Amino acid sequence: MEILGYLSLGFDTALSLNNLLYCLIGVFLGTAIGVLPGLGPVATIAMLLPATFALPPISSLIMLSGIYYGAQYGGSTTAILVNLPGESSSVVTAIDGYQMARNGNAGKALATAGIGSFFAGTVATLLLALFAPPLAELALKFGPAEYFSLMVLGLVASVVLAHGSLLRAIGMIILGLLLGLVGTDVNSGTPRYTFDLPQLADGINFVVVAMGMFGLGEIIANLDHEETRSLLSMKVGRLMPDKDDLKRIVAPILRGTALGSMLGILPGGGAMLSSFAAYSIEKKISKNSAQFGKGAIEGVAAPESANNAGAQTSFIPMLTLGIPSNPVMALMIGAMIIQGIQPGPAVMTEQPALFWGIIASMWIGNFFLIVLNLPMIGLWVRMIMVPYHYLYPGILVFCAIGVFSLNNSEFDVFLMAGFGLFGYVCSKLKMEAAPMLLGFIIGPMMEEYLRRALLLSRSDPMVFLQRPISATMLILAALAMAVVLLPALRKKREEAFVE
Amino acid sequence: MPNFIRNPQDFWSGFIFLFVGLAAVLIGRDYAMGSAGRMGPAYFPTMLGALLSLIGAMSVARSMFRSGEAIGRIALKNLLLIIGAVILFGILVRGAGLVVAVIFLVMASGFASTKFKALPFLAVAIGLAVFSALVFVVALGLPMPVFGPWFGF
Repeated sequence: MEILGYLSLGFDTALSLNNLLYCLIGVFLGTAIGVLPGLGPVATIAMLLPATFALPPISSLIMLSGIYYGAQYGGSTTAILVNLPGESSSVVTAIDGYQMARNGNAGKALATAGIGSFFAGTVATLLLALFAPPLAELALKFGPAEYFSLMVLGLVASVVLAHGSLLRAIGMIILGLLLGLVGTDVNSGTPRYTFDLPQLADGINFVVVAMGMFGLGEIIANLDHEETRSLLSMKVGRLMPDKDDLKRIVAPILRGTALGSMLGILPGGGAMLSSFAAYSIEKKISKNSAQFGKGAIEGVAAPESANNAGAQTSFIPMLTLGIPSNPVMALMIGAMIIQGIQPGPAVMTEQPALFWGIIASMWIGNFFLIVLNLPMIGLWVRMIMVPYHYLYPGILVFCAIGVFSLNNSEFDVFLMAGFGLFGYVCSKLKMEAAPMLLGFIIGPMMEEYLRRALLLSRSDPMVFLQRPISATMLILAALAMAVVLLPALRKKREEAFVE
Repeated sequence: MPNFIRNPQDFWSGFIFLFVGLAAVLIGRDYAMGSAGRMGPAYFPTMLGALLSLIGAMSVARSMFRSGEAIGRIALKNLLLIIGAVILFGILVRGAGLVVAVIFLVMASGFASTKFKALPFLAVAIGLAVFSALVFVVALGLPMPVFGPWFGF
């Protein structure tokens, strides 16, 4: 089988001493920052990104993937121990996980999350290896029209799957697309929306946007309700689930993995939607549904497996098509571009060691998470206990230094402050930052493909409907839009996000 | 807030969209438009700006018919302190150096907390300054001065 050859190439790359070390450092740092309350994967990756600039591309991406899994895992730990989900995908884990912790079963909840995540990660890695090559092959046949329609579909899907007001989510995407266009227009060399500032000639760096909105904005918003978290009398309790528990979690883990793997591929889906969907399904079909919300172990196993599977499969569109399906992938794409790699289907054929190395490193990263993190739970608990008023100045320091060092420019620091202000306004007005970041990364690509498609068709817009793949994607986008606008289904969507 | 606005979140987010959208269209008039087949630099942003203005207008209009949540209290003091502290860092880092910039950043932003106490925060600030100087400048070799030229270095 070809895939085995690819995978062995990947493991060869990922198992080199250097890359193993970077994967380990990534997982460790990601967990350390991810457990801090109020810091999700996006902020964690943005903060640690500058640390990877000096590395060779493959090591840098391996470390970043490690940071991602670490941060996500750390978020679950915080959700279980202090009922403070650091990111939206651990919101549902907090429901039953925290109750388990209150009943003295924190250890079991943590181990369940770890086991579920590891299993889901293993399956999703295999899926990634299976589906990436054919998808990339298909993508190589894509013309500009297909790419443009795919991006429309991706953006529409992320609106549909966003929670909160639809109108605001669409607005935020377009705002992001516009922000992405700031800088010099590649075709004509005209500076656009730069206000004659030379610092804007190359556009706004996505790290500045991400750190401002997800780092600073969140901190200011968190200060509104400072120190409401209550750490339990920290007894973690027995770690390993007993035989009875294992029996209860097998099916939820399997279902969560399957669901997460599917939803993760969807643009805009990823970890968040997967964990919500897995939780509500489990709650409906479980024999112990009465226990949900009071510390049901199934309520931890299913969403944790689903969100890890989803996180992993969300790499598929990013790696094969070069299109981010969520803000984390948008950051990864930004990181690839900084490393001089143009994301897209060509990466797989031109740099197979890089491509398969990343995939293999995901499995290794997941493995590290489970063998390292459970024994080190004491350390993480101590990290969580750092009071917020000592924590956030530290986060600000790292954000400021990181942003300054991007271009060695204080202008970027000021710009980050501006996005921090805007991020706070957004959180007050319930405008989501995630769709904006997605639009921001996609903006320039979308313009490029639109230009090329219309140039080739001699300005006939029908080209998007005449080509079958492109038409299919646009029809799917229109259907998705219609579905959320129908009142009956709209109510269902709201219910799904209320849980 | 005038009382015909029944959904302040919709109103203000709509206002922001409308403002940015119109600005994009207006500023875009300085660039060449081109045609659909040969798009100039103004084409795509003008399209997006128009779309964003439309969405903003819809949101503003809707805010007068459908009521919604009020905007929570705006913590102006915290907002100014945090944003100001970051800007202060930007101003200080090159001239005064990393150590001074970090200390000012921590002290100014720490002041936003209700739990602010000068001495323990100063200890944290100095600790963070030393740590960042060691990690970022010494170990990672990022090009920024530990102590800047303002001190005659």
